[in-house]
Amino acid sequence: MSWESFLYMGGYALYVWPAYGVTALVLLGNLFWPVWQRRQLLRQLTIKQKRSQVR
Amino acid sequence: MSWIPAPVSRFFHRTSSPPHFYALADRFIPWLTVIFLLLLGAGLYGGLYLAPTDYQQGDSYRIIYIHVPAAWMSLFIYVMMAVMGGIALIWRMKLAEVMLISSAPIGAGFTFVALVTGSLWGKPMWGTWWVWDARLTSELILLFLYLGVISLYGAIEEKRAAARAVSILALVGVVNIPIIHYSVQWWNTLHQGPTVSKMDKPSIHVSMLVPLLLMAVAFKFYYLIAVLQAAKLELLKRETSSQWVKALLEKQA
Amino acid sequence: MPIIQAFWAIIRRDLLLAFRRRAEMANPLFFFVLVVTLFPLAVGAQPNLLRAMAPGVIWVSALLAALLSLDSLFRSDFDDGSLEQMLLSPHALSVLVLGKIIAHWLVTGLPLLLVAPLLAVFLGLPEQAMGTLWLTLILATPLLSLIGAIGVALTVGLRRGGMLLSLLVLPLYVPVLIFASGAVDRAASGLPVDAQLNILTAMLLSALVLVPLPTAAALKMSVN
Repeated sequence: MSWESFLYMGGYALYVWPAYGVTALVLLGNLFWPVWQRRQLLRQLTIKQKRSQVR
Repeated sequence: MSWIPAPVSRFFHRTSSPPHFYALADRFIPWLTVIFLLLLGAGLYGGLYLAPTDYQQGDSYRIIYIHVPAAWMSLFIYVMMAVMGGIALIWRMKLAEVMLISSAPIGAGFTFVALVTGSLWGKPMWGTWWVWDARLTSELILLFLYLGVISLYGAIEEKRAAARAVSILALVGVVNIPIIHYSVQWWNTLHQGPTVSKMDKPSIHVSMLVPLLLMAVAFKFYYLIAVLQAAKLELLKRETSSQWVKALLEKQA
Repeated sequence: MPIIQAFWAIIRRDLLLAFRRRAEMANPLFFFVLVVTLFPLAVGAQPNLLRAMAPGVIWVSALLAALLSLDSLFRSDFDDGSLEQMLLSPHALSVLVLGKIIAHWLVTGLPLLLVAPLLAVFLGLPEQAMGTLWLTLILATPLLSLIGAIGVALTVGLRRGGMLLSLLVLPLYVPVLIFASGAVDRAASGLPVDAQLNILTAMLLSALVLVPLPTAAALKMSVN
């Protein structure tokens, strides 16, 4: 099976690939949003801690 | 609770202490990610490439490899939330509260995915984007249940109280889910539309079933990874001024 | 004071308070009639269409009327501190809560029965469905009050809980809506409705037993 016919999905490419795309977006979002948030929080907390140590 | 053996309760006590849990999550996440990626790769390869084309639905049926596992996960995560809610209410365990509220967006995500993929699958089958099919309708109501949990937690400012409220709501919801499910099914048979649901396939060939099960297990591992990440964030948020967070910051600096 | 007496005292007190504010009591009724009136105006007055929609329209309106009246269930007690008194009392909170829910239903749910015939006439519901409509109202409006009580107990401490309350409660109302309007629908076409009525009865009985527990737990959370 060639790449073209694989991507073509027997004529249903317009339904199959968006379905997989939406799934990937939602799952990746749910996975990396908390990771990103945690990094922000840790950075803020480090800055705060440094400030309190200087004083 | 005296009826739980001492070593077991000691184990839970230790694991559920936030710093210990945080470290444990860090240690487990890489392994879980490896297993998840392997299962996902095998499932996608089997489902999108190896499995033969369905003689009735053509290649559009390949959406089931995400639709059905996502629908399973949406129910599974709600049940998990209710279990966590029960633990949080009975033993006042902070970690259970954290896990409960960390699960909610993931479950809502899976419910949303099940709805969107169901609609994308239904379009070539039914000719419209939405049919009031029993499974899609109960999935939609489930999404509202998830959104209720998330909004209630956001609306109550005191987070311990919010966690109690959400635990109660999750338990009430889980009692209602079967009732909603069966009532919707009954309603669907009563108002049977011109199209018959093609989503329930009782018999399915092995080469189609194996990737489906692989994807289902892969999604379970995804849930574990995602919930641990979210729980780590929630724990940090709740305990910013505690000793172990300070130690963690110093170690990172 | 034994618990049974406390239970009756709560009901008597709430009824008395409600009768002092008679004008407010009529509001859910007016709302119910008003919403039903909106439907012919919105979709047109074809008798066939209205007759087909009648069970659904009546039940959706009853649902919304019940939802809007829910806020008064614990609001005034929460504001004036009598809820805290109930928490401190030696009696099981869940029993007192059940008393409050019953009183609330007597004031807001039961009157809906009075206007139901009027609405059935408005929408051209067949006469043979009238008895079933009444029965479903008797069985299902208490269910609405009971299920709603959990939602109110969870949100009573919030300043703006109204929208949130509907988000929490309406999904849980779905089975009630399906079976109640389904029963009226079947009765209108002359089919037997025993199964639906039995299910509604079973749901009502289990809700009577189960609902006070989470409601009491949620009130404790809200008050503290």
